[in-house]
Amino acid sequence: MTEQIKVRRVPAGGSILQRLSGDRPARPVYLALALLILLGWLLVALDGGQFVSLENIVGIQQRSAALGIVAVGQTVVILAGSLDLSVAYLISLNSLVAAEIMAGGDGAVLPGVTTVLVVSALVGLVNGLIITRLRVHAFIATLGVALIIRGLLDQRYDGPAGSVPASFLHIGYDRIGPVPVSALLWAAVAVSAWFLLSRTRLGYRIYAVGGDAEVARLSGVRTGRVVVAAHVICSVCAGIAGLLLVSRLAAGAPTVGTDGGYDLESIAAVVLGGTALAGGRGGVAGTVGGVLLLAVLDSVFNQLEVDSFAKDVVRGVVLVAALAIYARRRRTA
Amino acid sequence: MTGIGKSFLGVRVLQGVDLEAAAGEVHAVVGENGAGKSTLMKILAGVHIPDEGTIEVDGRSVEFGHPVEAQLAGVAIIYQEFNLLPERTVAENVYLGREPVRRGLVDRAAMEKATGELLRSLGEKSFGPRDLVRRLSVAQQQVVEIAKALSLNARIVVMDEPTAALADHEVELLYTLVRRLAGRGIAVLYISHRLREIFELADQITVLKDGARVTTAPASSLDAGALVRLMVGRELDSYFPPRAAGPPGEALLSVRGGGNDRLHGIDLDLRAGEIVGLAGLQGSGRTELAKALFGAEPFTTGDMKPRRPRSPRDAIAVGIGLVTEDRKAEGLLLNQQVRDNAVLVARATGRPRSGTDRLLERVRLNPPRPRQEVRLLSGGNQQKVVLAKWMTVAPRVMLFDEPTRGVDVGAKAAIHDLMRELARDGTAILMISSELPELIGMSDRIVVLRDGRIAGELPAGPTEEAVMRLAAAS
Repeated sequence: MTEQIKVRRVPAGGSILQRLSGDRPARPVYLALALLILLGWLLVALDGGQFVSLENIVGIQQRSAALGIVAVGQTVVILAGSLDLSVAYLISLNSLVAAEIMAGGDGAVLPGVTTVLVVSALVGLVNGLIITRLRVHAFIATLGVALIIRGLLDQRYDGPAGSVPASFLHIGYDRIGPVPVSALLWAAVAVSAWFLLSRTRLGYRIYAVGGDAEVARLSGVRTGRVVVAAHVICSVCAGIAGLLLVSRLAAGAPTVGTDGGYDLESIAAVVLGGTALAGGRGGVAGTVGGVLLLAVLDSVFNQLEVDSFAKDVVRGVVLVAALAIYARRRRTA
Repeated sequence: MTGIGKSFLGVRVLQGVDLEAAAGEVHAVVGENGAGKSTLMKILAGVHIPDEGTIEVDGRSVEFGHPVEAQLAGVAIIYQEFNLLPERTVAENVYLGREPVRRGLVDRAAMEKATGELLRSLGEKSFGPRDLVRRLSVAQQQVVEIAKALSLNARIVVMDEPTAALADHEVELLYTLVRRLAGRGIAVLYISHRLREIFELADQITVLKDGARVTTAPASSLDAGALVRLMVGRELDSYFPPRAAGPPGEALLSVRGGGNDRLHGIDLDLRAGEIVGLAGLQGSGRTELAKALFGAEPFTTGDMKPRRPRSPRDAIAVGIGLVTEDRKAEGLLLNQQVRDNAVLVARATGRPRSGTDRLLERVRLNPPRPRQEVRLLSGGNQQKVVLAKWMTVAPRVMLFDEPTRGVDVGAKAAIHDLMRELARDGTAILMISSELPELIGMSDRIVVLRDGRIAGELPAGPTEEAVMRLAAAS
């Protein structure tokens, strides 16, 4: 392109959101979220219900917390130009690992949590190494790892197993005022990831590798390590989500991850939030918006008692429409 | 660099090449494509490892196994295709891989301050460290690359065809920058095909031919004729093929009042047998006009005959072809063979594609290996494949956007000959070139664009000043 592109100064201040995230693509998803809340409130009110109720607000937060945590991890790998399809099975695996160990009582909570995090980090390491060392495309590499985990689970479990002590259930059920502990956990994960991405060298390099791996390499970035690190972070997020789900179910279940559709839905939330599937552009703030958008949509459907097939159709339409809008904005930007 | 030798897959690319650049010197490295310039520079930058020979920087012997090692030793290279991340800011790009940290965290403020100082020292005021690279022009991005080199405390800066993507007024700014670098005691290795800028800038000139050094001489001891003779081993008595002998034929394509977001009120006729040159500054809408005629970014208003194409496919059906400005991104499937690229248009439009091999001979592909992957070819040969691709369907109107960019002297002459040959056979040709001598030498008529409008038209052989006056008038 030879055209002279007009330089537009990025304002020094900007909105709080923008400063928080440093990612401009996040804006439309929050606009959509606000519109959806308004629309939901209207529709539910016409239906004779109450949309803005404590019960509903808590519900939305609780429903979105696990997906939110997974999606934050997914954001990190997607920004690095990769992606992770193994998170759903990893969550199932983690729920069982946690519940089996914690069946020992209160004293086993810490070993349970530690083991889950270690197992997750190892799976992330394996994902990352398969992609960078064996040069297998992330799609296939993580799909392969997902199938391996599924095989292990199917062989050993055919239903819920293990249990967790009552103390551990606090994470899933307690709340402080209108804010559930699970949502706080999600917020903590999101803020950590945001901090990592926007304030640390690793974060800068994740954007660089996802933006253009060759440019990053020629600038001295060890691209392989960055991708591996991103995968470890993503898997650890899936581990945390697994722990959260165990504390709600009070037991481990071999299908908890896949039933929640955490693999594809986390990717959907990330791209809804404006992160480029090819990597290098976007951020956590957008993903949080994407997750909330999906959760509010769900809640509206539940209150209106829409049947689940129609729900999926609408969600699909929203996803495709959102990406079409982003594509259009990119072209005219 | 002393006695540098390098082979790829048993083919000798460089042999016993010596090169010495002094601090504060602009040293031009010239030669036809395939002469080994790029390979030599990539060895210096640590991208390739030489089979033989030694490299010394500031008197210390060095061996580079990775580009980063070369950077640390003070060698920075600025490629034709920039190594920048469009979605990141200027400062983030300048310090990519070397972000300053304070207490474990990236020190944004320090990074932006240092970048701002670098930009100021380069006299750059049109953008700042926090601008996204995506929003910068090619010339501005080049400044970012230079700032990056400076931030590395580079002692040697290699610039590979730095003016290839610049418009004339930006080239002047680049000259100033290059002189400023040399003034700081940096050795600038300058690769270019453009003789004019070599004589404008260079103190020393090294000529490479077929992987060996022909000579190194002070620029003042050579003139253009002598330099070309050294590069190609023969004198080019005339740069351009003779113009059309008779008057042009009927108009094969006409536009009246053509417009879209970038173009306004375009009236243009392209006639059989005629080469029309399209001049204009960067941003004047030259490429946009070619793309509009080709239906890639169609006109939204106005009339066009035979008809206004809605898409490239439609344009091809009408008999219009476009050699795009960026052959790697828009002209070729780099991972596929020469043959498959050559029949691409014919295959896509269901035309017969007989005689591909003969065509490859006609465009003088050298060596003519139809099974070779296109990415392995030199720029000149790649462009010949693009030409062959269009010649399979023999369009009545051919649009050429910078057809000789990044192409060596020999291939350039071959492409000029081919264009003239096509015109003689009755094709109507529109040619865009940022190189005014080329445009003037080739065109039977020159149309000048300014701000998306036609600013005027000049007959064959105008002076450069006449063209510039129309292009730049306010």
